[in-house]
Amino acid sequence: MSLDRADVAKIAHLARLAVDGDEADAVARDLSRILDLVAQMSVVNTGGVPPMAHPLDMPQRLRPDVVTEPDRRDDLQATAPATEAGLYLVPRVIE
Amino acid sequence: MEWETVIGLEIHAQLATRSKIFSGAPTAFGAAPNTQACEIDLALPGVLPVLNAEAVRMAVTFGAAIGAAVARRSVFARKNYFYPDLPKGYQISQYEQPIVGRGQVEIALDGGGTKTVGVTRAHLEEDAGKSLHEDFHGMTGIDLNRAGTPLLEIVSEPDMRSPAEAVAYARKIHQLVRYLGICDGNMQEGSFRCDANVSVRRRGSDRLGTRTELKNINSFRFLERAIQYEVERQVDLIENGGAVVQETRLYDPARDETRSMRSKEEANDYRYFPDPDLLPVVLDEDDIAAIVATMPELPDAKRERFERAYQLSAYDAGLLTATRETADYFEAVAQGCGDAKLAANWVMGDLAAALNRDGREIADSPVDAMGLTGLLQRLRDGTLSGKLAKDVFAAMWAGEGSADAIIEARGLRQVSDVGAIEAIVDQVIAANPDQAGQLRAGKDKVMGFLVGQVMKASQGKANPAQVNEILRRKLLDS
Amino acid sequence: MSLPLHERSLGQLAAGLRAREFSSRELATHYLGRIARLDPGLNSLVTTCAEDALAAADAADARLARGDGGPLTGLPLIHKDIFCTQGVRTSCGSRMLDTFVAPYDATVVARLKAAGTVMLGKANMDEFAMGSSNETSWYGPVRNPWDPDRVPGGSSGGSAAAVAARLAPVATGTDTGGSIRQPAALCGLTGIKPTYGRVSRWGMIAFASSLDQGGPLARSAQDAALVLQAVAGYDPHDSTSVDAPVPEYAATLDDGIAGLRVGLPKEYFGEGLDPKVRHSVETAIAELRRLGAQTVEISLANTALAVPTYYVVAPAECSSNLARYDGVRYGHRCADPKDLSDLYERSRAEGFGAEVKRRILIGTYVLSAGYYDAYYLKAQQLRQLISEDFRRAFAEVDVIAGPTSPTTAFRLGEKAGDPVTMYLSDIYTIAANLAGLPAMSLPAEPVGGLPVGLQLMGNYFAEARLLNVAHRLQEATDWHRRVPPGCE
Repeated sequence: MSLDRADVAKIAHLARLAVDGDEADAVARDLSRILDLVAQMSVVNTGGVPPMAHPLDMPQRLRPDVVTEPDRRDDLQATAPATEAGLYLVPRVIE
Repeated sequence: MEWETVIGLEIHAQLATRSKIFSGAPTAFGAAPNTQACEIDLALPGVLPVLNAEAVRMAVTFGAAIGAAVARRSVFARKNYFYPDLPKGYQISQYEQPIVGRGQVEIALDGGGTKTVGVTRAHLEEDAGKSLHEDFHGMTGIDLNRAGTPLLEIVSEPDMRSPAEAVAYARKIHQLVRYLGICDGNMQEGSFRCDANVSVRRRGSDRLGTRTELKNINSFRFLERAIQYEVERQVDLIENGGAVVQETRLYDPARDETRSMRSKEEANDYRYFPDPDLLPVVLDEDDIAAIVATMPELPDAKRERFERAYQLSAYDAGLLTATRETADYFEAVAQGCGDAKLAANWVMGDLAAALNRDGREIADSPVDAMGLTGLLQRLRDGTLSGKLAKDVFAAMWAGEGSADAIIEARGLRQVSDVGAIEAIVDQVIAANPDQAGQLRAGKDKVMGFLVGQVMKASQGKANPAQVNEILRRKLLDS
Repeated sequence: MSLPLHERSLGQLAAGLRAREFSSRELATHYLGRIARLDPGLNSLVTTCAEDALAAADAADARLARGDGGPLTGLPLIHKDIFCTQGVRTSCGSRMLDTFVAPYDATVVARLKAAGTVMLGKANMDEFAMGSSNETSWYGPVRNPWDPDRVPGGSSGGSAAAVAARLAPVATGTDTGGSIRQPAALCGLTGIKPTYGRVSRWGMIAFASSLDQGGPLARSAQDAALVLQAVAGYDPHDSTSVDAPVPEYAATLDDGIAGLRVGLPKEYFGEGLDPKVRHSVETAIAELRRLGAQTVEISLANTALAVPTYYVVAPAECSSNLARYDGVRYGHRCADPKDLSDLYERSRAEGFGAEVKRRILIGTYVLSAGYYDAYYLKAQQLRQLISEDFRRAFAEVDVIAGPTSPTTAFRLGEKAGDPVTMYLSDIYTIAANLAGLPAMSLPAEPVGGLPVGLQLMGNYFAEARLLNVAHRLQEATDWHRRVPPGCE
């Protein structure tokens, strides 16, 4: 499996990672090598094997509907990059 | 008409839990920004979700209410995309294995009759936060109080064929979730949101046309108008040789039109996969039976029972069961005063008119069920005439106290003392000899006139039934 | 003559505290002195908490004076910087979190704090635990105390180097594909990755949620058992933590191992294993036999597929887990973002290093439309097959033994340019994570002055058995007592 610069650009955008033009070739090469490693999976026929999403065969435990969290906005915003009036600020979102 | 409209709805109902679906932060509406967003809601490093049992219970009751199979095993998945109101960079939702499978509801059609609308599925997921676009030096403010509020997303089949049917279906779901007590149904605050998938096709075609998804609809009226506009837009487009583009469109109520929402049109690839932080939700028959046992009577069943038990018309029973609050109110009054017909007439008549006039909900009516029961008891035992009862109701509405207190304070007690009424009757007979003679001669028509004169002379306080009886006795039986 | 403080076991230190031979403050001061002297050459810590440590030590001394301390009260330790520590920077080895001060404690941290331990500092690590050499940290590589030109292993490389250099008697680590065991092996330590769900993940910054598990790195199985005892057990904050009683690990440490059935997977002794490492591991296994264990060759047929499977599952989960680092609520934010996309793309590009980016990109790719079935679903099916291999094996044997790592510590930079070669160094450790099984590494006989790790894997929740076998081996050998040069 070989990825090219265009593939990298598409994946990088989905992942919201800027990949510079001069990095793109190296990244494409590394990713292609990793995918070659991963491609070894295809040697085994897995037809009919149930997928295993989780090591535990255990049901979800449920939490009682109780409010336990007090307002800690000041603590939680202490290291926030940009806030005003209790809001997190981001560049204007256009809808 | 040459064109057929095909509509499916995706309804997001915020579940009325106290805490969030995956955290112990409160869900109350309207708090100061980010004061109800804990570390889990903010997606701080290292946090983990734990599922709220009440959200599961609520979803199961909805499934039971629409006759759907409740999944014995459902799975939470991550829907991955970046948006500032989505703190984790993914939304926890259910994808391949939702908690509620296929069900259906019956809607009443305008021209009479009913129609069954299929519900494809309903699944649990978390709500996102809100972007505030007021100007913060050219920036957008993010409030994550709503992030993590539990949602039940209810997806219909494309079974509706007109805006009116879509509204009837949405109202039906709205009624159901409110009856179940799982959603407050407040569309203005966004607790109940409708997205509509709309397409048109030539009548007779069995292929679906390209659909658009309409968002930002916050009332039933706008739902109808948005679809109406969109249908006309699509038909115009096709008739003029164009083609409908599959896209999300925003309804603008101010301009009454829909417009393309290009910012969301970027090729979405949500990369769903099972959330490794959450295990499958497993429910056995006993769990489900225990939940179903907590369910209240549902609107359709209640309507049928009202028709039967209180001998109401289908129409009246429908009105009285429109909301659980109205039905409970009516039933309390009917049983308290012992006359269901009278209770129905007052609830649908004077009470409804007063609520409507003041823009109030029955839940915060100034005259509660006990108050109205007290009034109707005085009407039934002859203390009040119908006319006086209306006056007393108005006084109760104005906050002057209970029916009995107002009757006492205003001296409105109906005169039932036989001697007093006989004296007035005698005066009236003396003053109207011609009419008295006609009644004696068997002309029953003048009875009404004579009763009216007695009532007038008593300033409305005489008991009309007694007046009737005394007149008869004096003029016919002697 | 008594042993220097930094050569004593946790039990001996606790006894010394109780006997008022020394105070917790003196103990902390002793270790802080070693950190100041030795860590500049190792770079094993990203944060040293001298002031907080002394305050905690004083509190522990007061507790001991009242007589209400527990077995860990007053004992110093180091936490891997992946565990959130309230009020102390929690960087995860990343520029992304260089300024992040956690507003809450991880459950592992909270439990050890409640037990009265004294946190000396936070250990360096591969960025977001992605690496096998501790060379991907934003704070620079960690050096192996046995040879400063060599790596300590990763991702818990700082924890391993610190304990090996006697900068703390014990440290916490996390293991997603070998990140406790491989550095334990390369630094001559005893480290255990518990059964998935045994130790709470709350506050442990996620790399791959279905694989991550926290555990201790210590100088002996006995010390590891004490720390595991304190952190194991149900936590309502973690849906995947298991609500089952935790056995008393110390109670079975001394049990005999006569008749113990030890499985030797033939796939773990084949091509790729350094012959000298093989010899050392076989010597350790011979010692187990001498202690009465029976060995039997078994097959874990899908072993070769563990690495490819892992490099789908782990990156897929990582790509989603690391989406929250977007420069909005905390963490690195690029200067002057021109729009929202720019904010995301530049903050993340600047905040993450090359290895983290590679894994995010791979994970994004394998989950994307059109590739999910071929990669992610396929990997989940292989994960099932790999787990079935173990189910079959544990029907026949009590524990599985083999090498932890195919080689001893490699040189800094030796594999840094080649991600795939680096990935293959985890070939023996990854399968236990995929299956969720407990596994540990303990020292075998060193080779050429460098430590070698013997790996023991057990059935679900068989930590007590693993610790027992390791302890018996350590009672009979002194490989775990070797001290790196200059760290005496």
